[in-house]
Amino acid sequence: MAARAAVALPAPKARRPLAPGLAVGLSTLYLSVIVLLPLAALSWRAHGWDAITNDQAVSSLRLTVLASLVVALVNALAGTAIAWTLVRDRFPGQGIVNALVDLPFALPTIVAGLTLLALYGPRSPVGVNAAFTRWGILLALLFVTLPFVVRTVQPVLLELDREMEDAAASLGAGKVATFRRVILPNILPAILSGVALAFARAVGEFGAVVLISGNLPFKTEVVSVYVFGRIESGDPGGAAAASVVILAISFGVLLAIGGVRRLATRHDR
Amino acid sequence: MIGKYALRFVALGYLAVLLVAPVSYVFWRTFEHGFGPAWDAVTAPDALHALKVTLILTAIAVPANTIFGVLCALAIVRYRFPGSGIVNAVVDLPLALSPVVVGLALLLLYGREGWLGGHRVVFALPGMVLATIFVSLPFVVREVVPVLREIGTEQEQAAATLGASAFQTFRRVTWPAIRWATAYGVVLTTARALGEFGAVSVVSGRITGETQSLTLYVQDRYQSFDEVGAYASAVVLALIAVATLILMTRLKPKEETR
Amino acid sequence: MIEALGIVKRFGDFTALDGVSVDVPTGSLIALLGPSGSGKSTLLRVIAGLERPDAGEVRLDGADVTRVPPQSRGVGFVFQHYAAFKHMTVGENVAFGLKIRRRPRAEVRQRVSELLELVQLSQLAERYPAQLSGGQRQRMGLARALAVDPKVLLLDEPFGALDARVRKELRLWLRRLHDETHTTTVIVTHDQEEAMEVADRVVVMNAGRVEQTAAPRELYDNPANEFVMSFVGPVNRLGDAFIRPHDVELLLEPNGATREAMVERLVHLGFEVRVELVRDDGTQLSAQITREQAEALELDPGQIVYLRPMRQKTFGS
Repeated sequence: MAARAAVALPAPKARRPLAPGLAVGLSTLYLSVIVLLPLAALSWRAHGWDAITNDQAVSSLRLTVLASLVVALVNALAGTAIAWTLVRDRFPGQGIVNALVDLPFALPTIVAGLTLLALYGPRSPVGVNAAFTRWGILLALLFVTLPFVVRTVQPVLLELDREMEDAAASLGAGKVATFRRVILPNILPAILSGVALAFARAVGEFGAVVLISGNLPFKTEVVSVYVFGRIESGDPGGAAAASVVILAISFGVLLAIGGVRRLATRHDR
Repeated sequence: MIGKYALRFVALGYLAVLLVAPVSYVFWRTFEHGFGPAWDAVTAPDALHALKVTLILTAIAVPANTIFGVLCALAIVRYRFPGSGIVNAVVDLPLALSPVVVGLALLLLYGREGWLGGHRVVFALPGMVLATIFVSLPFVVREVVPVLREIGTEQEQAAATLGASAFQTFRRVTWPAIRWATAYGVVLTTARALGEFGAVSVVSGRITGETQSLTLYVQDRYQSFDEVGAYASAVVLALIAVATLILMTRLKPKEETR
Repeated sequence: MIEALGIVKRFGDFTALDGVSVDVPTGSLIALLGPSGSGKSTLLRVIAGLERPDAGEVRLDGADVTRVPPQSRGVGFVFQHYAAFKHMTVGENVAFGLKIRRRPRAEVRQRVSELLELVQLSQLAERYPAQLSGGQRQRMGLARALAVDPKVLLLDEPFGALDARVRKELRLWLRRLHDETHTTTVIVTHDQEEAMEVADRVVVMNAGRVEQTAAPRELYDNPANEFVMSFVGPVNRLGDAFIRPHDVELLLEPNGATREAMVERLVHLGFEVRVELVRDDGTQLSAQITREQAEALELDPGQIVYLRPMRQKTFGS
């Protein structure tokens, strides 16, 4: 075999690092045009604070925040229960149930609202009529917020060190004590994350609620519907003012939940 | 042991009552008098137009957000620049905002008295496109960012020392690693774009036969007491949602076994 | 005292324990020794009540506890990977069992500080497990298990996740602790040195069965079969005979009872030398001799020597 003379490959021409600047520049441009500019217009044009301080507005705000808190709480319980069943239990069709949990993410909100209205509305085949009531609002919000707590708790449960539970049992703790003292503290941060997401989603929900609630002012009008009404009656400035206040309140609640979550994870730092 | 069965019963019962029953019921009502009436409702000219509008909105929003998503993820993770934290937060904003507020913001910006007003953006397709892009913006970014973080820069650095340009590195090293995460993000983006209601409702003026997406059409049919029409269109959207769900389920494990 | 009688445990198709019986006299320290998959951890967990056997009985101090849940058996369990309650401080971890039993706060506090002193973790009472080293976490695990005065202490490869030096320290420390407290203790390990060093008696297990139960010395000198002999120490095989490297005598001249072999390699292990030998037919052997002996023989790689077993064992087929 003839030996090949070693040939040094020429080094490639040095290229100016164009790409990083391009990626950063394009992204920020896109974000500014699509997201920031409209939001800037919103905050700038917000005026007419009576749009958020009048009785109807306050009533819708109170209803929305309360409903969202209730829904967040129900989700904390139901979501954890569902996550537990998906992780710790074994039954046929479990894979389908797991996929089903994502349905509210995939289904348009208006369709969700329509299906709830069909089954639990004026022509309900099971005699349940939640239309034009606050129960209808809760139902719609529960539908759209279902996946949040389940999906934040599920991975944590999967990763949980089962030996901690064995240790607790060997030390005398029954099932309830083990759940309360060992499992719950470790899934609480995940539950709180899910609750925060569910709350934020519920406060802003429109499509699922708009059909079933009937949008009765002072009774079943949520704040997104109120804002919509303000736009329709030609007061976009007022609508913007109301929006800014809602955003501030949501932000406040999320900060609070975040604070509790930090408290619950101090052992990890 | 009874605790286990009780919990299973409660969890599955909750899902059945809240999710499965209502959706199944609408399917049943749609086809209870046969395929015919449903088909007629869905192929009515206004319905077909609404479907076309929805598909156009999605066909524009999804590719735009995918390209942006990958670029932005690269920018945030790889090219640490001042303000990357803010960019990260801004990307998440659309998830926290009510769709009505999104529509309002666009209205205030592009409406007749808006800063960029007077160009026939609102109450027309362009406005709806912008709204759809806004609400479905975060998904590809959020799926790709963690993958980029996790795979680290070593492979890309190795490629650079071997002479690969930025584009070659991306095509041969980075892209294969983020492929499945991007695909999953695309599925989520598409689902969100197809299902958008509140923002397009505000921005479009809901003009039947012109600026009505399929979701707006569903509401319009219901409010016109055309139950068959509403349910049939809802079923079309629901079928697309189920297809999305199946894709999500298929892609999720691949995405998670990085 | 602990009695496990005829324990059978299957996981699907896999039989982890195939009719195992073990006796642990009160106050003694027994090691369950064996390779992975031998069933030793499963047996320990069955004794603890963390697994239910498919057949057989477990008795603690004469009482049948086979159907009794782990909460009520009065056993202390120490896990290989610590199973620390990561959301609780070290002090809270140790106090756990006492709090479950609703002991008065003063009592809990005192007991916890006693135990922390015993395991030398008093300074770290307010820290979280994530801030501790592996060895410290395991000492905490031990203190936690001891807090409730268990009748029986079960340790599942307690030092397996620690590095060699820490392992040796904790091993000695455990033995000393046992000598003070005399709690009936069972330790599972795959490390035969650990078992021999720490236990009063060793139960050698393999593939779900007990191969031999004996004191460490007896196990080494009179192994019941080939498996036990090779597991408990290094062994040479010459035809049917099994010979310990220590029992191989090396000579420079043949004398009729010797076999020929060539020196392949000399490994200097401090004051001993391991001589790696190979025979004509390719069989490899090792002899372990003192440095003086090696020097006296002036061994070199490539040299031909003659070996004679001073002691050997054969096992009937």
